Amino acid sequence: MSNLGSYDNRLKNFDWSLGEKELDYKGGDVINIGWYCSDRICQKGSGEKIALYYENFGGKEKRFTFNEVRLASNTLGSFLNNLGLINEDRVCLFMDRIPELYFSFLGILKIGAIVQPLFSAFGDESLFVRLEDAQTRAIITQRKHLCKVRKIRDKLPNLEFIIIVDHVGAKELEEKEFSFNLKAIPAVEIMNIFPTKAESASVLHYTSGTTGQPKGVRHVHYSLISQYLTTKWVLDLQDSDIYWCTADPGWVTGTSYGIIGPWSLGISLCVLDSGFSPPTWYKFIEKYKISVWYTAPTAIRSLMKAGVRVVEGFDLTSLRYLASVGEPLNSEAVIWSQSVFGKTFHDTYWQTETGSIMIANFPEMKVKPGSMCKPFPGITGVVLDPITFEPINESGKIGLIAFKPDWPAMLRSYWNKDEKYHEKFVNGWFITGDKGRIDSDGYFWFIGRDDDIINTGGHLVSPFEVESALLEHPAVGESAVVAKPDEVSMEVVKAFITLKQGLTANSDLELEIMNFIRKKLSSIAMPQEVEFMDQLPKTRSGKIMRRLLHAKEWGEEIGDISTLEND
Amino acid sequence: MKELILTYIVKEYLEDEDEEITCDTPLISSGYVDSFSMVSLLVFLEKKFKIKIPPSRATPEAFNSVNKIADLVNQYVE
Repeated sequence: MSNLGSYDNRLKNFDWSLGEKELDYKGGDVINIGWYCSDRICQKGSGEKIALYYENFGGKEKRFTFNEVRLASNTLGSFLNNLGLINEDRVCLFMDRIPELYFSFLGILKIGAIVQPLFSAFGDESLFVRLEDAQTRAIITQRKHLCKVRKIRDKLPNLEFIIIVDHVGAKELEEKEFSFNLKAIPAVEIMNIFPTKAESASVLHYTSGTTGQPKGVRHVHYSLISQYLTTKWVLDLQDSDIYWCTADPGWVTGTSYGIIGPWSLGISLCVLDSGFSPPTWYKFIEKYKISVWYTAPTAIRSLMKAGVRVVEGFDLTSLRYLASVGEPLNSEAVIWSQSVFGKTFHDTYWQTETGSIMIANFPEMKVKPGSMCKPFPGITGVVLDPITFEPINESGKIGLIAFKPDWPAMLRSYWNKDEKYHEKFVNGWFITGDKGRIDSDGYFWFIGRDDDIINTGGHLVSPFEVESALLEHPAVGESAVVAKPDEVSMEVVKAFITLKQGLTANSDLELEIMNFIRKKLSSIAMPQEVEFMDQLPKTRSGKIMRRLLHAKEWGEEIGDISTLEND
Repeated sequence: MKELILTYIVKEYLEDEDEEITCDTPLISSGYVDSFSMVSLLVFLEKKFKIKIPPSRATPEAFNSVNKIADLVNQYVE
């Protein structure tokens, strides 16, 4: 029997207070995610249970009990307090998936500060705009990423503390730099956990904007209620499960379901700090006897590409439940997983802004391959007419996916961008920016984005951000960035470029431009292809017609070109 | 060839100037090169050695060290 039981019964009787009761929370009480994910589990008698199985690329293993996680997060939190950091300060995590990242996440929350997790593969420009926007006061990082921080710190007057978790004694620390070595500091048994309330800010995740700089999505400690219940009912995590969420905590899946959801339930979590490789992943599942696996369609398609023979050498019978997130899960992947693992992947749909799963294929419900299935109990999901913003009642008709506001994990604001936040709500609905349809059984089907944002391997990339960065390259005159179809990543970034006068296109320049973007923004934003053009298609008013370039890449009709300036 | 590839990787992909890698250092599993970055490394190899590596051979395993990359490139160099 799954944790959810009957979906229909849950719908009838649902109230978010169910989550509150299970977490012993009453409205107005103190609620601190850091405490819930460590101290509370210890208080309930599971202090000696393994909280974290960690393995790095070299096969080095570490494991930590919930009590050790409690102590490590206390120690880190106290260290931050001693530096002078206080509640509501923004503290950035800029690390690979090492244990200190997980301890720091809880430690920051325990002092009432706001965690700002950033993907460690970000280049210095991506890092800078996010730290500047959040007026981040401290960053916790590793030696290997320090050079990127040093490159931009002088432009960040609010950044007072650069904390390095693997500092080697012989190397000198520079101004504002501090070493935090968990092994060298006495563990803090008791700390005063800051009394955060339901609406106190907890996590600030950055997401790409269509036409502007990235937006900081502000979540609060009350998001725990959604994250706890969805983890329990959608991912069906049970006390004896060994769980692996493959997402990096630089992204929302890696925190909502890579830390908060499972640890608030007292579940053992596995972390593999290693690049993707099918044999490595299968070996990891076999070795740790992983039973619940939450991953991304791009990874599943990469495993498919590697072939069935790679799987055959491994015993994967521990797998009990599989789920995916980040981009539409194509029906072939669902069918493939059934034939190879004897289990289907259950697609889930949600966003950085929603903070928790909104639509999901639930345990014990029929999977229609390619569908996202039904909304979580307590969530009212619709597709809206794009003109009237009224719900479409006709099954199969495409509209904008939208939700009735006010579930616990809903974003509370975009950092410093109130106007953008209010634009997300129209006619009493939260607008996701995605298009979809609902079939006659009430199943949701994803169609695509309603804007130019590129979803590459589950990561959102803003064409605007890449185009702006391209213009900083000395050879680039104009640029337009669109999604290009890709068998594995669904979409990849493609750049169309005109060069400045007197310059000619060549493969050296293509490579130089690719690397320029990779280092400045990130490998995800790096164009996988650069096409040089004599001129970009523009309207008569001079606006680049990105739509035409997109249609060209996807083999679509180009539509109305009456406003096109050049043929 | 190995020296050339190693030098390029150190220059383009290593963030910490103090870090040292050899021809056996894991590149993909260690995170120095990720699946997205592999594309620019592939462009470099094809351009430098005037070869065409089929997408089916450009796998994370084949790119996981300078030695493995050199083995792959050697199969296509005339």
